[in-house]
Amino acid sequence: MKSDRRHFLKAAGVATIGVAAGATAAEANLLDSAKELLLGPKGAAPYPEAKKNARWAMVVDTRKLTAESMEKMIHACNHAHNIPLHPLRKKGDKYNKDEIKWIWEEEFENAFPGQMNEHLPPKVTQNEVLVLCNQCENPACVRVCPTKATFQRDDGIVIMDFHRCIGCRFCMAACPYGSRSFNFKDPRIASLEINPEFPTRMKGVVEKCNFCAEQLDKGLQPHCVEACENGELVFGDMNDPESEIRKVLRNNYTIRRKPEVGTQPQVYYIV
Amino acid sequence: MLEKALTGDSKYWGWIGFLLLLIAVGFGAYLRQFNEGLTLTGLSRDVSWGFYIAQLTYLVGVAASGVMLVMPYYLHDHKAFGKITILGEFMAVGAITMCLLFVLVDLGQPMRMMNMIIFPTPNSVLFWDMVVLNTYMFLNIIIGWTVLQNERKGIHYQKWVKVLIYLSIPFAVSIHTVTAFLYAGLPGRHFWLTAIMAPRFLAGAFCAGPAILLLIVFFLRRFTSFDAGDKAIKSLAVIITYAMILNVFFLLLELFTAFYSQVPGHMHALIYLFAGLHGGHALVPVMWASVILAVIVLILLIPPKFRNNYNLLIPALIMLVLSTWLEKGVALVVAGFIPNPLEHVNEYAPTLNELVISVGVYAVGALIVTVLYKIAIGVKAEVGDAAH
Repeated sequence: MKSDRRHFLKAAGVATIGVAAGATAAEANLLDSAKELLLGPKGAAPYPEAKKNARWAMVVDTRKLTAESMEKMIHACNHAHNIPLHPLRKKGDKYNKDEIKWIWEEEFENAFPGQMNEHLPPKVTQNEVLVLCNQCENPACVRVCPTKATFQRDDGIVIMDFHRCIGCRFCMAACPYGSRSFNFKDPRIASLEINPEFPTRMKGVVEKCNFCAEQLDKGLQPHCVEACENGELVFGDMNDPESEIRKVLRNNYTIRRKPEVGTQPQVYYIV
Repeated sequence: MLEKALTGDSKYWGWIGFLLLLIAVGFGAYLRQFNEGLTLTGLSRDVSWGFYIAQLTYLVGVAASGVMLVMPYYLHDHKAFGKITILGEFMAVGAITMCLLFVLVDLGQPMRMMNMIIFPTPNSVLFWDMVVLNTYMFLNIIIGWTVLQNERKGIHYQKWVKVLIYLSIPFAVSIHTVTAFLYAGLPGRHFWLTAIMAPRFLAGAFCAGPAILLLIVFFLRRFTSFDAGDKAIKSLAVIITYAMILNVFFLLLELFTAFYSQVPGHMHALIYLFAGLHGGHALVPVMWASVILAVIVLILLIPPKFRNNYNLLIPALIMLVLSTWLEKGVALVVAGFIPNPLEHVNEYAPTLNELVISVGVYAVGALIVTVLYKIAIGVKAEVGDAAH
């Protein structure tokens, strides 16, 4: 899959360059920056833990989460990915029908339905937890997508091609975690300040957390992880036994959201 | 043969004009949606499929029902259906056109529709749904048209047509099976995750589709020269009765599995439908109306004395169509999203714009069926096969 896409990008690049052969130098510069945006900057330092066969995963230490820290992480993501802030459709609506969410807060009982035992410690049940796309190893959204607009990279990241999505929303029905959002209206009108480093979307396509693939390709940690101050989130390579995330998983009992549906989520929770 | 659709009395043209008007209004509403996005519908992040996809589901059943005429006539030589088989085939053409249009108006990026063909993805059920729906539609157009043409010429249809007719039988089953798989194969959607989803769909289809057809037959008998004959009507009513019994039985199976096992996920959507959940009860009246109608329908259909009395049969058929539509064309799709995967209850109701678009799509289907039926009945009158 990954190599297919590379070939496509290469072919597209060659074709564009061919067309642009007669173009001015300014236009050529524009082309370069477009390519950089798509393929990442040339010669970027590899992510410290990156190995050839990386398998990215995340641990959320819910014991350390606070309202302030979660807000910081959510804001970092929203800002970096040009997440629109749509107002309510109608005054008095019970919830925001147009809302786009990549990472957000949920009550414990909503994040982990079925794992809500009686008399759990209040610090577990009363604090909200962070939820995001689980980057499933066996993703239902990829299975149902009729155009391969949602696909899985070799490093396990489940990612979207916003330009291929036809907006059928089959993936939204398939996701057992409610992790996907649909652009019911033009997202560009509701973005406060556009971050030029990340593409904006158009109306009529689905979107979701991409584990900050654009950051990883530059050798950086995901935005939400960068926004942590007390190690609330640990991100790393599951295939490297010496990685920090593997150490954290070895030393702590973790749970995952809805393990019974067989999707193999790659976001783990310490409660 | 097309010229038969170009002559008609003022009532015929009035009806055509009315449908064209509805189509124009629906198209206008669609242009609004095309410009502003699906925010003009009642759909949301939580209930991401609604009225459009529910209509697709219901109409696939209507299309598949043609096989309830084709199979007895061509496989079992049930001669009484000879005259109305063509009506079933042409109804399927109209119904599938509506199905495809309902998918189209539901797409966020309709201009990219061809991506489904440019990047064919066999692991997606939607890809197969597209394949079987289109194939079934073309089979019905070719079969219906060719058989009618030969009838006009007074010759028996060719062998290759017979091959297509046999092929259309498994395809009729497949369109509704694959449509059921759209829902039944999704992890975490307990309400849909049931192995009898496809049988349920087929049972619903095989009562609702023939019921609509039979109502049309009664209409044609009253207002045109076309008479299907009592024998055909009565056999079709028997088929409808058995299918409706199965349809209700299958729903009871779902209720047993959910409430006897007491698995919360399996009960939630059903509790939402029948009693309301966490303050959401928009579909409670819909579901109860469907159930009560279904009971009345069974009382009117099962005893032959009632069933063979057309004054009771016709209202029973109307109630049957309504009951199955409320269940499959409204409740079944929406309730799959409620509660959402995080167990929040956020409800859905279609908007006016959404309904106007839907009416427009139904008008397209009605127009296609009207024109095709006009041709079929015209040919049958010409060869002297219209009156009974």
